[in-house]
Amino acid sequence: MSRPSKLTIYAFAYLGFLYLPVLFLPLFSFNSGTIVAFPIKGWTLDWYRKLGEQDALIQALWNSLTVGLIAAVLATSLGLFAARAFVRYRFRGQRASEGLVMLPLVIPGIIVASSMLVLFLFIGLKPSLTSVILGHTFLALPFAVSILKSAFDDFDASLEEASYDLGVGVFETFYRVTLPVVAPGIIASILVTFTVSFDEFVLAFFLSGNQPTLPVYIWGQIRFPAKLPNVLALGSILLLMSVLLLLLAEYFRRRSSSSK
Amino acid sequence: MSAPATLYVGFLVAAPLAILIAYSFWTQTYVTLDKTLTLQNYRDALADPLVRHLLLRSIMIAGAVTAVTVATAYPIAYFIAMKANKKTIWLLLITIPFWSSYLLRVFAWKLILGFNGVMNSALLWMGLIDEPLTFLLYNEFAVVLTLAHAWAPFAILPIYVSLQKIDPSLLEAATDLGNSKFQAFRRVTLPLTIPGIIAACLIIFIPTVGDYVTPSLVGGSDGKMIANLIQVQFGAANNWPLGATLSLMAMLSVGFVAIVLVITGTALGKRIR
Repeated sequence: MSRPSKLTIYAFAYLGFLYLPVLFLPLFSFNSGTIVAFPIKGWTLDWYRKLGEQDALIQALWNSLTVGLIAAVLATSLGLFAARAFVRYRFRGQRASEGLVMLPLVIPGIIVASSMLVLFLFIGLKPSLTSVILGHTFLALPFAVSILKSAFDDFDASLEEASYDLGVGVFETFYRVTLPVVAPGIIASILVTFTVSFDEFVLAFFLSGNQPTLPVYIWGQIRFPAKLPNVLALGSILLLMSVLLLLLAEYFRRRSSSSK
Repeated sequence: MSAPATLYVGFLVAAPLAILIAYSFWTQTYVTLDKTLTLQNYRDALADPLVRHLLLRSIMIAGAVTAVTVATAYPIAYFIAMKANKKTIWLLLITIPFWSSYLLRVFAWKLILGFNGVMNSALLWMGLIDEPLTFLLYNEFAVVLTLAHAWAPFAILPIYVSLQKIDPSLLEAATDLGNSKFQAFRRVTLPLTIPGIIAACLIIFIPTVGDYVTPSLVGGSDGKMIANLIQVQFGAANNWPLGATLSLMAMLSVGFVAIVLVITGTALGKRIR
């Protein structure tokens, strides 16, 4: 082993910087003291135990799960057709269409949130989980499209053609050939878009009305120092969950692009 | 078949924008919305020193965040693309922290940087300082630090991709022709990664101008940005027309700066070559 170069040392230091905040949340969630500071007073699991007793939290969790699941299915279904069209066909306005679908990634959150609030109230849709679902589908769509595009990239179109040649109809071919082959991509897309929705705050803050999602609930708790340990425990669980879900998504994504 | 997705996004971009524009020409008098068309909101907003100040500060902070993030991320992208043995592992390691809730990460920084927070208490405990450092939280520094952390992978990945595309024989040619390693970097590598750098800048700059969570949690009164004012208009102040006007003004300024960024970036890329 030669001496590590300056660049290598920098890379490891930078990695430390990246992991600093995500490691401190779980660390202090086991701290028996209520102040987030060194030295750590003692170790406890109390904060985790108390989470189950909070009805508002459980309700917010259900809201988030509902919104996440529906938004994930909607975004993935819309993304599935879009991705197939983008990869398989060349059509007029394709570049514009692909660009437009990616747009939600780059519009500042506050502008998306405020303009959707105005739109939904204008068409008579009160702030509710429904408006959050519509908003999250919009935000998650670029993720679904890019994951599914790579799934279709590796899909051999002659499989579908063979199916047509054998006299199988369009819909049956879709169910029996297309879906099974891109299934890992679909699962990856659902996991990723679910996580995008599950973690999203600003849009839900504007659109959820009196049905808070989990991040909106956490936002309400952050202001009270006494609630801090609970937020830490809840936050740590959510961090772990997001990372696990996305590792799983990554696994499926790789499977979809390596299965030829 | 891309029609449903395109229509969905198109509708949810165009329709809110249209209504936002309409709102910006209406006025709010207490609880009633006056739908007479007027430029009053724009006049009010432009005349208000607070609006100008927050808009300018949002752009300055976003610019600082972009510069800091890209400058600190470039060596990492370079390291992964050119030096690291296990590229996939490094890329995975870099993205994992960002698979968690943005709100929670910002919140974690608030706890780390606070007066009685993790950093100060650790330094006090180790005896490195005698009293808590006060410059850590509730100012522009905290906002820039937190956002530079939040955007790290969005800077690393596009630069990594553009580094990855460089043909190694170009670098060999440069050194064979008598360039030092540094000269080869400056005259070959850097110009070829300009597209990646511009992409990183845009991905970071545009959303940062309108960021709400970070200035709210770690910005204090010195670090507030335009999004905080917009939120107040849609919330407590209940002046949606003014909120709509501010949103549009923020969007226009972002668009303007982004265009300037692309033009100067491209011009710069040509000059270095």
